[in-house]
Amino acid sequence: MSKVVEASRAPALAARAHPTGWARFREFVERESVFSWLMLTPPVLFLLAFLGYPFFYGVYLSFFRREVTGPATFAGLGNFVTLANDPIFWQSVGNTIKFTGAATLLKAVGGLGMALVMNQNFRLKAITRAVLLLPFIVPTVLSTVAWQWIFDPGLGLFNRLLVVSGLATTGVSWLGSPTMAMVSVIMVNTWRGLPFFGISILAGLQTIPVELHESATIDGAGSWGRFRHVTLPSLLPVIFIVTTFSIILTFFDFQLVYVLTGGGPANSTHLMATYAYSLSMGAGQMGLGSAVALSMVPVLGLLLVLLTFYVRKD
Amino acid sequence: MVGELTWSKRIFGLWIPLALFCVVALFPFTWMAATSLKTNAELYDPKASPLAIKHPSLVHYIDLLRETNFLTWIANTMLVAVVATGISLLLGSMLAYPLARMRFRGAPLLAITVAVTYLVPQTLLFVPMADLIGRLRLGNTLSAVMLTYPTLLVPFIAWLLMGYFKTVPRELEEQALIDGASRWRAMTRVILPLCMPGFISAGIFAFTLAQNEFLYALLFLSRSSVRTVPIGVVGELIRGDAFYWGQLMAGALLGSVPVALIYSFFVKYYVAGLTAGAVKG
Repeated sequence: MSKVVEASRAPALAARAHPTGWARFREFVERESVFSWLMLTPPVLFLLAFLGYPFFYGVYLSFFRREVTGPATFAGLGNFVTLANDPIFWQSVGNTIKFTGAATLLKAVGGLGMALVMNQNFRLKAITRAVLLLPFIVPTVLSTVAWQWIFDPGLGLFNRLLVVSGLATTGVSWLGSPTMAMVSVIMVNTWRGLPFFGISILAGLQTIPVELHESATIDGAGSWGRFRHVTLPSLLPVIFIVTTFSIILTFFDFQLVYVLTGGGPANSTHLMATYAYSLSMGAGQMGLGSAVALSMVPVLGLLLVLLTFYVRKD
Repeated sequence: MVGELTWSKRIFGLWIPLALFCVVALFPFTWMAATSLKTNAELYDPKASPLAIKHPSLVHYIDLLRETNFLTWIANTMLVAVVATGISLLLGSMLAYPLARMRFRGAPLLAITVAVTYLVPQTLLFVPMADLIGRLRLGNTLSAVMLTYPTLLVPFIAWLLMGYFKTVPRELEEQALIDGASRWRAMTRVILPLCMPGFISAGIFAFTLAQNEFLYALLFLSRSSVRTVPIGVVGELIRGDAFYWGQLMAGALLGSVPVALIYSFFVKYYVAGLTAGAVKG
């Protein structure tokens, strides 16, 4: 392609007896690789400064004992040893796994259901889709504050409905007991993230050719058979990618728990992200906080490798 | 007979589950609105029905605007979201254009790096980022978030735009070059205008994300006058152990309205951006 361009330019250039410095500069800039890197340099520099540097500085920090005040002292793997002997750290690891596992499963199943329901013809479909996505687009912190009020032990919506309907006399301590707090946190995360699954899977459903369903019907497949042998296999790539994305987002979630429970009661809902925050910002131990954050990297790495393999395979 | 069958199928397969999904999605917002419109007397009366409003009143909204910096937070949020989206669109398209349309050394490596950085969560970065912002003396300035939000947005935008840039046929660009246009001119006059839907998608997505961001705002903005809505509502409307639910819900609702409005105008583009990764990639 570039040959064609150069050939077409040649007469124009030859017309000038002496190519000036400016013309030569222009020719240089017009080269594909030069033009590319001129464009790329600003964003690459920006990302190096504000993503690359903090990442490696975080790795560096995790090898130091560093309080907010006072100088840093080299600790080697000391921070990681401290964490390995820290029961709250292990509790937060367990919580993160439980939280991510349960919420992702609920979102995937619910999202598939939402997509199947939405994949029918009915009036006001576009508006319904917009409404169903609302939990996902409204600022998470703001909807989480509303949930905190829904969970309020005395006057919250849930307990009032329970008492009014006669299902319970006193109501449930939603955020006050360790088990229920975890259930509540998972519930809110599911509420928020389900539309992401639903709308993405719906988009995937709409790419399945109608002919596939028709030929399956002709072959005598019922609606379950068609779902099992046509719909689900065609959806697997979408479900896989959306699930991986969602696992990453859920595993590293911070704001929901920070606002709803602050990690309590008794650290029962502390996630690794909120624990890293409370160590580094609350207790001022930047090194230890960095170490907690860094210990999440292997999980991210694993998910990224999985995702890459999957995308390559296609 | 057949008609009856389809009717029951419509009811149980469509209308009932659909109604359930809608109720679940919407009841927190209804509860927010109901709470914000009740007077404290009605709100804290355990005998009153939780959803009915007997004496609607705007007192919480008036108090919110009078007693807090809510309007400043809204203005800050808008300003930050506009600037961060602008920076991100500019840097994102500078990154995406060569990656999508040109051959140069290091292209495959760069493409993978962009995809990976897109998925690196800010949870990994916030500790060193807080230190960095502190050393740049940007604490408690809107510049702190205007500079850091693009780190969350640029890789995603680049990724999304690459898909759009690739769809423009190469012949269009070649024709422009043959006609004597420079690469820059071919890009700005021929290719980019054809990718407007991509820019709208990326812009809407970035804008809502910037308005929702919480962690960096929490770290960098502790003075009331520079706060954004999410951090202002959580940081200042929850006062100690006493919750001012009426005012809190008024703030949460008012804070959600701008995002929801912008979103409702551009739903189509938002969904395109949301599903681009999962369906195309």
